[in-house]
Amino acid sequence: MRVPLSWLREYAPIPEPADHADIARRLTAAGLEVESHESVGDIDGLVIAQVQAIEELAEFKKPIRYCRVAASEADLAADPQSLRGVICGATNFAVGDRVVLVLPGSVLPGGFEIAARKTYGRVSEGMICAPDELGVGEDHAGIIVLAPDAPLGADFTAYAGLRDEVFEIAVTPDRGYAVSIRGVARELATAYGVAFSDPADPEPADLALLGSLTEEGPDVHPASIGDPGACDRFVLREVRGFSPSARTPAWMWVRLARCGVRSVSLAVDVTNYLMLELGQPLHAFDRGKLTGPIVVRRAAAGETLETLDHVARALHPDDILITDSSGPISMAGTMGGLATEIDDASADLVIEGAHFSDVGIAKMARRHRLHSEASYRFERGVDRELPLIATARAVSLLASLGGGAVVPGCTHAQVPAEPVTISMAAGYPDAVAGVAYGRDTVIRRLAEIGCAVTQEVAAAPTIAPWRDPAWRTDSTRAAGAVPAKPEVQADTVAVLHVTPPSWRPDLTDPADLAEEVIRLEGYEELPVRMPRAPAGRGLTAAQTLLRSASRTLAESGIVEVHTDPFAPVRDADSLGLAADDERRPAVRIANPLSEDEPFLRTTLLPGLLRALARNVGRGFPDVALYESGLVFRPRPGAPGAAPILATDRGPTAQELASLAAALPDQPQHIGAVFAGDRELPGWWGPGRAATWADAIEAARAVARAAHLALQVRAAARMPWHPGRCAELYLLVPGVSGEAEVRVGYAGELHPRVIAAYGLPARACATELSFTALAAAEAAGKVAGPKLSSYPAATQDVALVVGSAVPAASVEAALVSGAGDLLEEVRLFDVYTGAQLGEDRKSLAYTLRFRAPDRTLTAAEASAARDAAVAEAGRRVGAVLRG
Amino acid sequence: MRTLAGSARAHWKQAIRTMSAPNKNYDPVEVKALSPDEIERALASALAAIAVAGSLDELKAARLAHAGDRAPLTLARAEIGALPPEARAEAGKRVGAAQGQVKAAIGRRQGDLEKERDERVLIAEAVDVTLPAARAVQGARHPVSLTAELLSDVFVAMGYEVAEGPEVEAEWYNFDALNFPPDHPAREMQDTLFIARQDGLPGSSGIVARTHTSPVQIRSLLTRPLPLYVVSPGRVYRNEASDATHLAAFYQIEGLAVDEGLTMADLRGAIQAFVDVLFGAGLRTRLRPDYFPFTEPSADVSMECHVCRGASVKPGADPCRTCRSMGWIELAGCGMVNPRVLVACGIDPDRYSGFAFGLGVERALMLAHGIGDIKDTTDGDVRFSRAFGMEL
Repeated sequence: MRVPLSWLREYAPIPEPADHADIARRLTAAGLEVESHESVGDIDGLVIAQVQAIEELAEFKKPIRYCRVAASEADLAADPQSLRGVICGATNFAVGDRVVLVLPGSVLPGGFEIAARKTYGRVSEGMICAPDELGVGEDHAGIIVLAPDAPLGADFTAYAGLRDEVFEIAVTPDRGYAVSIRGVARELATAYGVAFSDPADPEPADLALLGSLTEEGPDVHPASIGDPGACDRFVLREVRGFSPSARTPAWMWVRLARCGVRSVSLAVDVTNYLMLELGQPLHAFDRGKLTGPIVVRRAAAGETLETLDHVARALHPDDILITDSSGPISMAGTMGGLATEIDDASADLVIEGAHFSDVGIAKMARRHRLHSEASYRFERGVDRELPLIATARAVSLLASLGGGAVVPGCTHAQVPAEPVTISMAAGYPDAVAGVAYGRDTVIRRLAEIGCAVTQEVAAAPTIAPWRDPAWRTDSTRAAGAVPAKPEVQADTVAVLHVTPPSWRPDLTDPADLAEEVIRLEGYEELPVRMPRAPAGRGLTAAQTLLRSASRTLAESGIVEVHTDPFAPVRDADSLGLAADDERRPAVRIANPLSEDEPFLRTTLLPGLLRALARNVGRGFPDVALYESGLVFRPRPGAPGAAPILATDRGPTAQELASLAAALPDQPQHIGAVFAGDRELPGWWGPGRAATWADAIEAARAVARAAHLALQVRAAARMPWHPGRCAELYLLVPGVSGEAEVRVGYAGELHPRVIAAYGLPARACATELSFTALAAAEAAGKVAGPKLSSYPAATQDVALVVGSAVPAASVEAALVSGAGDLLEEVRLFDVYTGAQLGEDRKSLAYTLRFRAPDRTLTAAEASAARDAAVAEAGRRVGAVLRG
Repeated sequence: MRTLAGSARAHWKQAIRTMSAPNKNYDPVEVKALSPDEIERALASALAAIAVAGSLDELKAARLAHAGDRAPLTLARAEIGALPPEARAEAGKRVGAAQGQVKAAIGRRQGDLEKERDERVLIAEAVDVTLPAARAVQGARHPVSLTAELLSDVFVAMGYEVAEGPEVEAEWYNFDALNFPPDHPAREMQDTLFIARQDGLPGSSGIVARTHTSPVQIRSLLTRPLPLYVVSPGRVYRNEASDATHLAAFYQIEGLAVDEGLTMADLRGAIQAFVDVLFGAGLRTRLRPDYFPFTEPSADVSMECHVCRGASVKPGADPCRTCRSMGWIELAGCGMVNPRVLVACGIDPDRYSGFAFGLGVERALMLAHGIGDIKDTTDGDVRFSRAFGMEL
């Protein structure tokens, strides 16, 4: 919100001269963050002048006027042709109008220097100004025409209050009262310790006009509240015989412009001015366009309303409406209807001031995407007492500035509302802050924000009076039993009963009051107490493992990236996923940033493949990337919606289960992709291309970080090459022997997928579920190895097997057959060739044997080797290569 | 493997080698090797071989031949037991003296040859050590991950534990339990990505892409014993177009402490400790009132600019790009846990109080390392991660 200092100063007379930086600092420290500041209107040489003669110069492409202007009372009597001549391109004025003349030698905003000069064949000694030329708003529709009583020859800068300091304040959503000059001025007065005069205090002159504020006026247009949940106060007042052509005084439109509000007409300007000053939105109806009594109610099915912005709106049954006998005439607190709008002939005005439901207005504004200055304020909470006062000031201002007569009294419908009283131990703000403010300070600060405070000595009241009294924290909390506080307080303390003012509906809890005291005492005064270290348990096993896995991959030459978690529709097809693939159903965003990417990712691969292609495109052909992150998989059969639980008590275990059931599965995955060389060529020799084997080895390395041996077998699964894809699984001990747990896939990508993502040929990829891996990580500690220092016996064997036999099966057979003496088996060569025969391959292994307690004899080692070979023969038909 | 196999075979050979049997019957022919002439001859032959050895390898061969297990002098020594007892001492002395001479000659020659090698041969073997040798493609961690881990570790060192939660989250966790009332404008402070109902029906699913890591606060309060001190890093989502300082998916880290008797002084202490660790001691921190529904009172945290330390504020001083010459940098949001949050988690706010704070991980990274465009963090360009390597 933009606020001019001159306006604030009317109600918060801070000492002159005020340093704007100091003002900004103090407001920010009080919780009204000053985002920017601007010094405006420092213009010399503006004079109020009167147009005495107009000569239309017709020879130019656009209308040009050569005007003679009087700049003093004496000039009025002079021959117009002897007066100062000024060229003007506007036509919205006539002889006798008072205007703003800028004299030669002056400098207008933007560094525009005014000089006497010859133009359009005449000598122009100055300029008649439009509002934007003075830096006031953006209006350039015509020059400024002042009221006839504007003092001739006077300095316009002083007359209109142009010189000002304008602050832009970011008001947080809890401080509805501060969306007004009234609210900011109150904080400013407190910050400077000066007396605040409330613009909402009724002025004696207004009261003389109206009688008391609440006096009923039988002649005022009738109104009633049809839905007490929608509106709890509705006030109408009337002005009749108002002059529609009356001009808005300069000081008013200047201030409106400073706040960023465009001047429209006197009637509209007055309602806007009071909204800015008090925070109470007002609406003006043309009395002649009303049909019968006004009723505030919710919309009926099928009702529509054309609003001021010329949009015909279909109304929702929850919409709050102002209606008359003809139907809806205004969307309450949001936008008026076109049919009852005041126009340039409206002489009888009905001014509405009301207090609507904040939630009701918020919903309506959101539903219709119709956010107005009025709805902005109502959503944040408006002072319930303001409708009576603001309407009174409105009719008084309208009558005094625009003629016409105020109709005595008002129409006042209301639903009675009791003020809220908050009970709080006087020491509570001290306990929150860690500072001993003392009771007197607490009471003084609360009084400063307008609270009424009484005190007594009593048991300390709870700070959570809204809590469901039936709830017991110790019995139903989902975990970690908490002993309940004793119900009866033995000690008595000073207790404050605090009634917040009507403009602070945000103050509902003792915590809110504590914040008010602490912020006014100053956050900078809070002490610093260095932390006491609780006994933490450090990272969990899974957290440590994720870091190890990540580091392992990075150390092996793979670069960690973070990719966009939003997924385009086409990914499932680009990956070649089958119709029933579990990665096809995706979590859909109802309001995606881009309609092209409505999903959350079900796999890490597409994001990684796009990043891979991007890197290759940027001149990095040898790239390996990995990412760890969540993927999102809808849970089949999950309920359509998660319930919204109560907040005045803790949830039950069943309630939490109902939330969990509605959420999708969100396992943590690790993905890696490879292109180009895994080892680079150089003076040492050729490079080594990344292959399917590197993709699998990356997965094995991650598993090793978890002390798990990854099992591998051939699989066919998109997006991988059907002959070069490995399924990765673990054998996990279970109740009925070892169970297989699949953790992912790795291998070379399918050529179609490579084409779809524009990747280099033979690109490879790995994706595994870190969640599954971490769950399988052995719970116990790693058993320390017993190192035998006896010599090892090493034997090499070459086994010939069918070419379809997986090496993993051969190795498993060797391990199983060799027995306990086998320390390590290592495949060191794979050979295929004509001499072996069709569909045969030779696998050469080194077997290392060692005994824990003796030096093995050659015979023992050979016997173990023979047993291993025999088992391989039995299981996979292996024969020793001759 | 090959070496191991070879050495193992040598070992067996050694193990099965036949040893000389103890002497029973003296046979002068058998002990001819111990005669002074024979020993003299063996010594001369050894010294000659040592003298002509032209390289360390040749010397090694000479040593094996003349001082090894099968060398004449060695074998001769083994025959001492075959002599009559009265002859043994003298023969032993003779052999020992010869062996000593051989050993000394080898040592001298070894020294000479090593010296020569050092002076000539090694010089001739010189290579260009500036040749690049990076055969491996360089890997790296992502600096946002590293920053999240670093920030976590700062708090883990203070006794906090790391808590995590889902990124697609029930609205109750993300908003209601955190005291964002339905339809309150506070909900609109965070442009939310709403999740569509899985069953395709119209209406709200009650599920969102979490807008902050604060729902992890709720999950922690519901599941962990009190007192609790947790920090929760993680990815969060906003319905916000990307620009140089905003991403639709970015990382936050939040801390939460709930204990008996915690005050804003403790909150300030935790924040100060964390700034001290991250940016070095001596930078002041400042709290100013702010608004978050889940904390009351709420504040934003600024720290003194770690680059100019406030110097850029003075008139005429050099401008500071990091703090835009404001002297202070907004770092985090924080506050005392709103009692309404505790109640929604079944915790008695009359007994327990707490504080919470949160900051953007990318923002901390960008501040600390002078990164201008947040989009670099999700671009996947290897140059970005590689610039940081394995640690920040």
